[in-house]
Formats: sequence, C-alpha cells, structure tokens
Amino acid sequence: MSRNIDEHPENETVLHADQDYASISREISDIVLRPAGRGWWLGFGLSGLGVLIFFAAAVYLFYAGVGIWGVNTTVVWGFAIINYVWWIGIGNAGTLISAMLYLARQPWRTSINRFAEAMTIFAASIAGLFPILHLGRPYLFYWLAPYPSTMGVWPQFRSPLVWDMFAILTYIIVSVLFWYTGLIPDLATLRDRARSRAAQLVYGALALGWRGSAAHWRHYERAYLILAALAVPLVVSVHSVVGYDFATTLMPGWRSTLFAPYFVVGAMFSGFAMVIVITIALRAAFKLHAFVTPRHLDAMAKILLAASLIMGYAYGMEVFMAWYGTDADEWRQTVTTATGPYAPAYWGMLFCNIVVPQLCWSARIRRNIPALLIIAILVNVGMWLERYVIVVNILSHGFVPSQFRQYFPTVWDWATMLGSFALFLWFFFLFVRFVPMVPMHEVRRLAHSLGERS
Amino acid sequence: MTPNSSWLAEFATAEQLLNAITRTRIAGYRRIEAYAPFDVPGLAEELDLPASRLPLWILIFGILGGVSAFLLQAYLAAVDFPLNAGGRPYFSWPSFTLVSFEFTVLGAALAGFFGMLALKGLPRPYHPIFDAANCDRASQDRFFLMIDSDDPEFDPDSTRRFLESLNPIAVTEVNREVS
Repeated sequence: MSRNIDEHPENETVLHADQDYASISREISDIVLRPAGRGWWLGFGLSGLGVLIFFAAAVYLFYAGVGIWGVNTTVVWGFAIINYVWWIGIGNAGTLISAMLYLARQPWRTSINRFAEAMTIFAASIAGLFPILHLGRPYLFYWLAPYPSTMGVWPQFRSPLVWDMFAILTYIIVSVLFWYTGLIPDLATLRDRARSRAAQLVYGALALGWRGSAAHWRHYERAYLILAALAVPLVVSVHSVVGYDFATTLMPGWRSTLFAPYFVVGAMFSGFAMVIVITIALRAAFKLHAFVTPRHLDAMAKILLAASLIMGYAYGMEVFMAWYGTDADEWRQTVTTATGPYAPAYWGMLFCNIVVPQLCWSARIRRNIPALLIIAILVNVGMWLERYVIVVNILSHGFVPSQFRQYFPTVWDWATMLGSFALFLWFFFLFVRFVPMVPMHEVRRLAHSLGERS
Repeated sequence: MTPNSSWLAEFATAEQLLNAITRTRIAGYRRIEAYAPFDVPGLAEELDLPASRLPLWILIFGILGGVSAFLLQAYLAAVDFPLNAGGRPYFSWPSFTLVSFEFTVLGAALAGFFGMLALKGLPRPYHPIFDAANCDRASQDRFFLMIDSDDPEFDPDSTRRFLESLNPIAVTEVNREVS
C-alpha cells in the first residue's frame, strides 16, 4: 500500500476533530444571530431585483395573455413546462437525499441535509407556479380542486395534470413538515442562544416549547424516521406523475413506459448537481469547512456519476427501443431529434449529462472543488436541455408534417425563466439568514458517535 | 428551597448522563426526566420509556387518507357526474391510484407531524424547567437529569446528596410552583 491511510477516502472524517458540542452550537447559530454582512445584503438586493423581473413578467402575462410566450399551436408547451419539470426535478432531490440517506444511515448526510431540503421547498414552490402561469385562464386554476361548487362539476381524475396538482401540493406540504420537524430542536437552540428579545420570542414561538427531554426525543425520532420513509416513495411518485404528463399521451417520443423511472433518476441527477453547487457556495461563503469536508463532495460526486450512468442507459434504451420496435413514427422522431433543428440541444444534453460526469471516476477530480463545481453546473445545463429536447423538440415534429413547426422563445419566456432563478436565490438568501443551515442536533449526535466531545 | 421543587443535575457528556440514569434507577427513583441536546442513543432504553404510539396513528391516518381519496374519486367520476372522457370506463380505477397514493402519504405525514406534537404536549411555550439555572444549555451542549418531587422516594436533602454523589457539574432546583 503506497497510500497513506489518512488519505484513504473511507477513513476520512465527516466532521473536523476540533469540534465539540459547544462549538457546533456556537458556530452554526452565530451565522444566524450575528448581523448580516455586506455580501449578504448585496446578494439579497440583487436577487430581489430579479424577483421583480419575475413578477413583472407574470403580471404582464396575466394582463396580455399566454400568447406573449413563444408557444404556438404545434409546440403548445414551451419554457413554462420545461422550467416546471426542471425545477420540480431539482426540488425532488433534496428530500430524496435527506430521506434516502437517512434511511441508509449515511453519516455524510448530516451536514448537507438542511440546505438540500430548503432547496427542495424553494424549487418545488417555484415549480408549482409554472403550471398556473402557463394556463390560459390562470384565475380559474382552483377548478382543479374537487370542491362542491354550484355547477356540480368535478376535476377530471383521469388526467395526469390533475394528478400533478395533488402530487405537487402533497409534496410541498410533506417536505415542509419534514423540514420543520428537523428544525424544531435547532430552533430551540437559537431561542436559547439569542440575546435580543425579538429573536428569543420569534425562535421561541417557532420552537413550539421544545425542551429536549428524553420523551420528546423518543417521539421525535419516530416521527422523523417515518416521515423519511414516507418521503422516499412520495418523491418517486411525484416525479413519476411528472413523467406521466408525457408518457400517457400518444405522442411518438413521449409514449414510453420508461419515462417514470427515467424522470425520477433524472430528478435525482439534477438535484444532486444543484446540491453540489449550493454546498460549494455555502461552504466557501460561511466557512463551513469543519462541517462540510471533501468527503461530502466526494460522496456526492459518486452518486452523480452513478445517476449519470443510469441516465446514459435510459437515453440508450430510448434509441434502442425506437429502432427495435416496428413503429415508424417512433424511429423518425428519434432520427429527427438527433439530426433535426434541435440536434444541438440533443448532443449538448448527451455531452453534459453523459460525457462530462465521467470525469468523476477520478478521485482527484471528485475532490477538486472548481472542477466539481463546473461539472455540477454543466449537469444542470444538460438536464435543462433534456427537458427542452423532450418538450419542444418532440412536439415540433409529431404525426402530421403540415403541422411541423418550430418554437422560438420570446423575451417574456426568458424573463420568466431568469426571474425564477432569482426567486430561488432570493429564497436562499432569506434561508441562510434566518435558519441554521446545518442541523446542529444531528451534528452533535454525529460528534457523539465519532467519540464523545463535550 | 421551596416545597415542591425538583432537583436538576447537569452533566457534561452523554455518557455521564446515561451512567447517572442507571444509578438513579437502581436507587429506586422512578419519576425522573432527562434532557439532552440531541437524540442520545440508548437514552429511552435507560429510562425505560414506553414505545411511542406514533406509528399506529400514522398507519391509521395514512389508510384513512388513501381510502377516502379513492372513494371520493370513484364516487365523483362514476356516480355523481359520469362523463365519457376519452372513452375510458367511468370507474377507471387505475387512474385513481395516484391521487389515492398522494393522499395516503399526506394523511400519514400530517398525522406524524401533529401526532408528534400532541403526544409531547406541544406547542407549550412555557415550562418550569425553563426557569432553572443554565437549562438553556440543554439545547446546546449540556445534559440534565431531573428527579421530580412527585417521586415517592423524593426527599429534598437526601435526593440532593444523592445527585451530588453522581459527580454532576451542578445541582439546581426547578420550582414547579411557577406553572
């Protein structure tokens, strides 16, 4: 063995040895309790301007109608649905990471799960806006809910778009409950550490009177475990339903039984990439080096690689089934995707999602933060292109050649999309300011299991 | 010390707390409570706490959510307003399974969250323990053991001496009268 045992990834710690219970509580809660720095105000202000763009685009959309977007009678789903699927994909990964790794008892989950779940809630909330925005009559969206109206009509429960509404609503509610459950003991820490009366009252109210007694912890641990166990199948169902929006149609290129699992893995893939970006950014901005070690990034990069291989299999299988089957439209659709007007998006998608993540086979690259950041950003670009290829490219050349048409996004499409990025950042700036971004009680437990540190 | 006050011993490590609980139980005390800044493995077993009833509540509300969502969809689509949507049967049960699943999870998760709070008597903004000296560190880095004055073995002086024999950082009183 030429390698030093300390350098071996498996022996590397997920928490720096100089951290004890007191320093964990102090370092993480002080980020919230001390006044915000100039960088925070700058980022908060700039992203706030982006949020104004988002709202301006939405208000003009409500005023002028959905025709301000580049959608036409052939490509009826444009950026709105692409962004919806992209955001919900990102939103799915946070809960998946948190819950799945909790059930798998992965110690490196501890430091990253809080902001992964925050990412979920913000991304899922933003995703939930797009289906409403893209309605022609958004003010009637509540007709999707089954309520006893004087008209006596009900939603059509055979449509995946109705399933979507229930799936996303359930998903947002359950994610918030899961996140808040994990937060309660940390809010109690903030209540006890806060020096200003206002902070004591606010965090005290939010902590709901948490005392940390053994009886509390007993119910708490049960509740968290079961919520985690519920969250995993929920995530799978939510993104499967998103897949059914496409897979239950008759469109060649969409009517595939592969879509549900393929979308779920795609969600995990893009979400993990986004978590890597957020982890690297927060680690540098808030000096979380004691809590987020190269071991975390290494583990996330490995999962990114595994997901990339499954995505590669799914892309390959789509082409294979189109060629192997007898459906002429399916094969024509596949050939047009690879050679037609949207071919650059298709090849860009394959490059970003399949080729680039292969760099993660190298342990040096997995631990190289700038390289990993670039890979993660490219994966997010690639996953956006994937949804672009699925939505726009497939719709643009369906069954009837006289209906073939291309889609050109307008400035309002771009404004809504870039505005949604700003909204996400804006939420995140608020989150890092008011909520402990690393779950303190779980890190204390980790410190306990790594050897008692008081 | 006022009558009705309980004693609270403060410890630096989870290990010391677990040892203290073992010795307190051997000494015959039963009305004891422990406070820790994280879910200490083995704490509930040491205290011999009964198993949480939460999983049963979650199961019941999960099933209720799923069954009611399925029956609602079936009733609305097949009985109340049967509509020929794309030639599908009125009772097209495979289409109803997804929303039923979501409601199963929703019912279970709501029962889990609110059940957890209810079983612990939360939200409860005030508790006498919050007045005890240094108890704000129970949520940060210290471990506490309280022997309640309700305990039949409780005696203000001998219980205090007993707790001090466990080598705590400090022993303080919790005044239960305030509540």
